[in-house]
Amino acid sequence: MILLAAIAFLILASALVAVSRRNLIHAALWLVVSWFGVALFFLWAGAQFIGFVQVLVYVGAVSMIMLFAMLLTRQGRVPVEMLTLRAEKRIASGVLLVSAVFGVIAGSILGTDLPGEGTSAATLVTLDRIGESLMNDHAIALLTMGALLTAALIGAVYIASSGEEDAS
Amino acid sequence: MSPTGVWDAIDRAPIIIRDALVSFLPEAWRGLANDVLVAATVAILFATIFALLTILERKGLARIQNRPGPNRVGIPFTKIRLGGFGQPIADAIKMILKEDIVPTSADKVLHFIAPVILILSTLLSLAVIPFGRHLLPLELEAAVLYFFAAGAISELAVFTAGWGSHNKYSLVGAMRALAQMLSYELPLVLAIIPVVMLTGTLSTSAIVDAQGSWSLGGFIPSWHVLTPWGFASFAIFVVASFAEANRSPFDLPEAESEIIAGHLTEYSGFKYALFFMAEYFGMCALAGLGVTLFLGGWHAPFAALEFLPSWFWFFAKLFMMLGLFIWVRGTLPRMRMDQLTRLAWKLMVPLSLCNLANAAFWHLAADWTSPGGLALRWVISIAIIATPFLLLSRSLFGGLGPRTYRYAP
Repeated sequence: MILLAAIAFLILASALVAVSRRNLIHAALWLVVSWFGVALFFLWAGAQFIGFVQVLVYVGAVSMIMLFAMLLTRQGRVPVEMLTLRAEKRIASGVLLVSAVFGVIAGSILGTDLPGEGTSAATLVTLDRIGESLMNDHAIALLTMGALLTAALIGAVYIASSGEEDAS
Repeated sequence: MSPTGVWDAIDRAPIIIRDALVSFLPEAWRGLANDVLVAATVAILFATIFALLTILERKGLARIQNRPGPNRVGIPFTKIRLGGFGQPIADAIKMILKEDIVPTSADKVLHFIAPVILILSTLLSLAVIPFGRHLLPLELEAAVLYFFAAGAISELAVFTAGWGSHNKYSLVGAMRALAQMLSYELPLVLAIIPVVMLTGTLSTSAIVDAQGSWSLGGFIPSWHVLTPWGFASFAIFVVASFAEANRSPFDLPEAESEIIAGHLTEYSGFKYALFFMAEYFGMCALAGLGVTLFLGGWHAPFAALEFLPSWFWFFAKLFMMLGLFIWVRGTLPRMRMDQLTRLAWKLMVPLSLCNLANAAFWHLAADWTSPGGLALRWVISIAIIATPFLLLSRSLFGGLGPRTYRYAP
């Protein structure tokens, strides 16, 4: 339980630091620490596969997209005035957003048929079962995702290449 | 002639030779010829001295310094030479004693933490390589995934190093390094998927077990590299791992002639050594993964040789792979950035996708065990990967005629 508390503290504290940083790169790196904490949480819960995927996708890939996007799009300093809203607006939008996310997560947890006490996640979420359910029950969703991502990739290549015709 | 006359003649020899040469010319030309001859002699003389000096200086400096180089160094104050293998100790002492410089404008924390993260990430990825039958530091169900998850952290370390240094060369170098690592991670992972598909597991020990049999009376091991899809995967894996490990011919991130030393520019002393240590750890980890996935892990090449310790076979294969890395570094020139990305996205990614289909075919044709069926299985499988390779490489690299320079005359 102490371990869980430590992991939770790591996730929440680093997320808090991330949103309070003025330096965008620092904020992004703190967010990566928070994601790493989430991966640790998955490992603590016995979900090895999800934990490693969390590191691979979030710590490895999404962080890179974020950092590249910041470095390649940011021209000079960020105009801070543009980002500041009035306090009550900030609070209202924050509360709204958090409660929406919380509602979705709570709804999906309550709607899931959870197994009783005593069964650990390690025996439930084996690699084989994840693969089976992805390829059988959720095959259509998986294929749709694949098609969507391929379309996004082609679109990205088109946008990147339509600027000028390469001489070679 | 008196003795003094001889010495005088020798002293005047250049003038005498000049006069003799000039005397062949008509009277009117002699004055000009004199001057030209003197000027030419001075120019040629000093050009020769320059050529001699370059070699004399090097020979002289070598004699003056006379320090034991990497092929002679041994234990200090003794005559024991060790064939030069004392050099790493000297290197380590030098690196630790060197001054550690942190630029004033650098982000101190990130600048410090980057080499630490990098070395941690490469060390972590070594944990799932089975070094022998009983030697696996960390037994995991999703070991292959773990390997890449650990490797993914190193990209963050490279970014941290580049950004934390607060130097444009560092940042540009880090971006280039990251672009390279991300580009080649795709073929690297796609090259491994066929192995995972056909063994049906992500566990490294189970993948080694799957390669632990022999056919033809114990002479042909069932290593993955000895199948058409496995060979293609192995080739793609090796090329991509050169790029992942920043090794030649893909050592652009530290192309010192273009971007100083990339993200390493602002690092010195022991931190710099840590980066290099991480590079070599990473190289060993990738080579170890290659041995595990394709070269039968710790299994012996022949059934009769299984009595030798399993770790012996693993490290023998590992050093063969590392030897390949060094061999390629000694052979191939460094690539340009556009060549690097073109190779990854236009050749290696499509090929590894074709190879996925190839592995699927190999799996579907698993029950073609009659001699004719087996031959057909091999022919079709080779065709699936060889045809796109030939077509792609012809169409991509065939038309590359004489080089054209866009930014240079």
